[in-house]
Amino acid sequence: MQSTEKNRADLKQVKITGNEEISPNVFVVSWKRDREFSPGQVVKITADLHEPPRIYSICSGNQEDDISVLFNVKPGGVLTPRLASMKAGDAIYVSEPYGNFSCDDSPATWISTGTGIAPFYSMIRSGRCKNKKLLHGVSHANQFYFEDYLATQLGENYIRCCSRDNNGVHFPGRVTDYLLGLPDLPKGDKYYLCGQALMVVEVRDLLIQKGVPYSHIYAEIFF
Amino acid sequence: MEMTKEPLLGKTLNELIQITADLGLPKFTARQLTDWLYKKQIGSIPEMSNLSKTTRELLAEKFDLGTAAPAKVQVSVDGTKKYLFTTVKHQFIETAMIPDDDRITVCVSSQVGCKMGCLFCMTAKQGFQGQLSAGEIVNQIRSIEEATTVSNIVYMGMGEPFDNLDEVLKSIEILTSDWGFGMSPRRITVSSIGIVPAMTRFLAESEAHLAISLHTPFDEQRKSLMPVQIAYPIAEVVEELRKHDFSGQRRVSFEYILFKGLNDTPIHVKELSRLLNGIKCRINLIRFHPVPGTPLVSPDEETIARFKEQLNDKGIFTSIRASRGQDIYAACGLLSTKEQNLKI
Repeated sequence: MQSTEKNRADLKQVKITGNEEISPNVFVVSWKRDREFSPGQVVKITADLHEPPRIYSICSGNQEDDISVLFNVKPGGVLTPRLASMKAGDAIYVSEPYGNFSCDDSPATWISTGTGIAPFYSMIRSGRCKNKKLLHGVSHANQFYFEDYLATQLGENYIRCCSRDNNGVHFPGRVTDYLLGLPDLPKGDKYYLCGQALMVVEVRDLLIQKGVPYSHIYAEIFF
Repeated sequence: MEMTKEPLLGKTLNELIQITADLGLPKFTARQLTDWLYKKQIGSIPEMSNLSKTTRELLAEKFDLGTAAPAKVQVSVDGTKKYLFTTVKHQFIETAMIPDDDRITVCVSSQVGCKMGCLFCMTAKQGFQGQLSAGEIVNQIRSIEEATTVSNIVYMGMGEPFDNLDEVLKSIEILTSDWGFGMSPRRITVSSIGIVPAMTRFLAESEAHLAISLHTPFDEQRKSLMPVQIAYPIAEVVEELRKHDFSGQRRVSFEYILFKGLNDTPIHVKELSRLLNGIKCRINLIRFHPVPGTPLVSPDEETIARFKEQLNDKGIFTSIRASRGQDIYAACGLLSTKEQNLKI
């Protein structure tokens, strides 16, 4: 009951404007943007006020008409199977954007796995990709979401690591394998990590081992 | 292929009533089973001597007892023991037994690995590997040498208990029921990073004590130490706690690991007293034992003592937790990670 009351206070009903499956079981759901946000921020979402909301990074640009988030369907999950079945006009409940996982123009490396690409995609779509390098790690090649756009925007600063499909195009292995193979990392750069906890923990340890100060590492973890 | 039988350990009385009814057994058999499972030390169904041979055979066809002896035990010079259990999926979990005068405290794990990614935690480096069942949690108490003399239980081993709340609550029901271990819930403490919806449910459905991992009162700093802060900010956790009464026997405490130069300053004392103002609670200060790959170190003893005094001066009852079992990797996650690395 308390959770429902809190949801009513924190969340606002919006109508979905689009819900597109961009890869098997991976969707981009959108609703009209009626507020400002900083790229890298997150929103809480639920389809039912009786259920605790889940948190997703915004993946759209901050000047676009819609706010969008990227999600994959978790079998047996409370929210995502239902969200995946929704269409334009259906109602969901969302919070104000919040969080401060954001970048300035200083040199930085963005490291993500899977749908952890979302905040970085938002940053790029918001025109904030100066001095940035993006590492994206996935299991299979069809999980490089937004690949064409990212390749166009970032060129050689877009590094794709694919751990299971070795097609000769992408780096064969995980992002940690790629980072381990680098002789040196720029110590003055900032490092932004977004993905599953284990990836973040492993990359964080690896960066520290390679001499990156902890104060230069920023992490966002999925729960 | 051999079929894995369903374990009886971890079943509640109501579940056993249903099981015995399904097997056409008398209703009182369920009570006999809880006695064998939770009050007596046997190792197999055939040892349940007050059940008829037919009943035992019927049960053994579908079930096994579900107990598992520790795969390894290490003993510290201070008497602390670290037990290593193997799960059904051949993963490792840890249980610590900490003797202290007339108390025997057992620190149990609630998950295999953890998905919370805290910077200072060794278990985080294993990632999340799976949930433990109530039976696997209870087994960590039932199957150690000190099983019959355990006085206190803390859910502070591997994993985040509120990320596995159903099984944790079920294990507490087994530990505190008269048909189970018959322990007082006041001898059980569940420690969490503060997943608010689960915490609210825990406070409503259990009488056990609660410990919250705090570690810093400042949002940004806590997020850098504990990524869960983005989902459940500590202010929201405390706001929820304010709705509950801790003036009676039920206790809420805050765990605070001290990191040199990071969260051990007078500014932290001031902010802690502001954050916790009005809540009847205590703070447990914990010395940090180095974890490979983290940039964090513990402050010196003088700083720890001063931090404690400053908090006590602000009216917050504060104690320093004794470090135990350092020679046997007693901090959670250290031993099982070491074992996993050996396996690899």
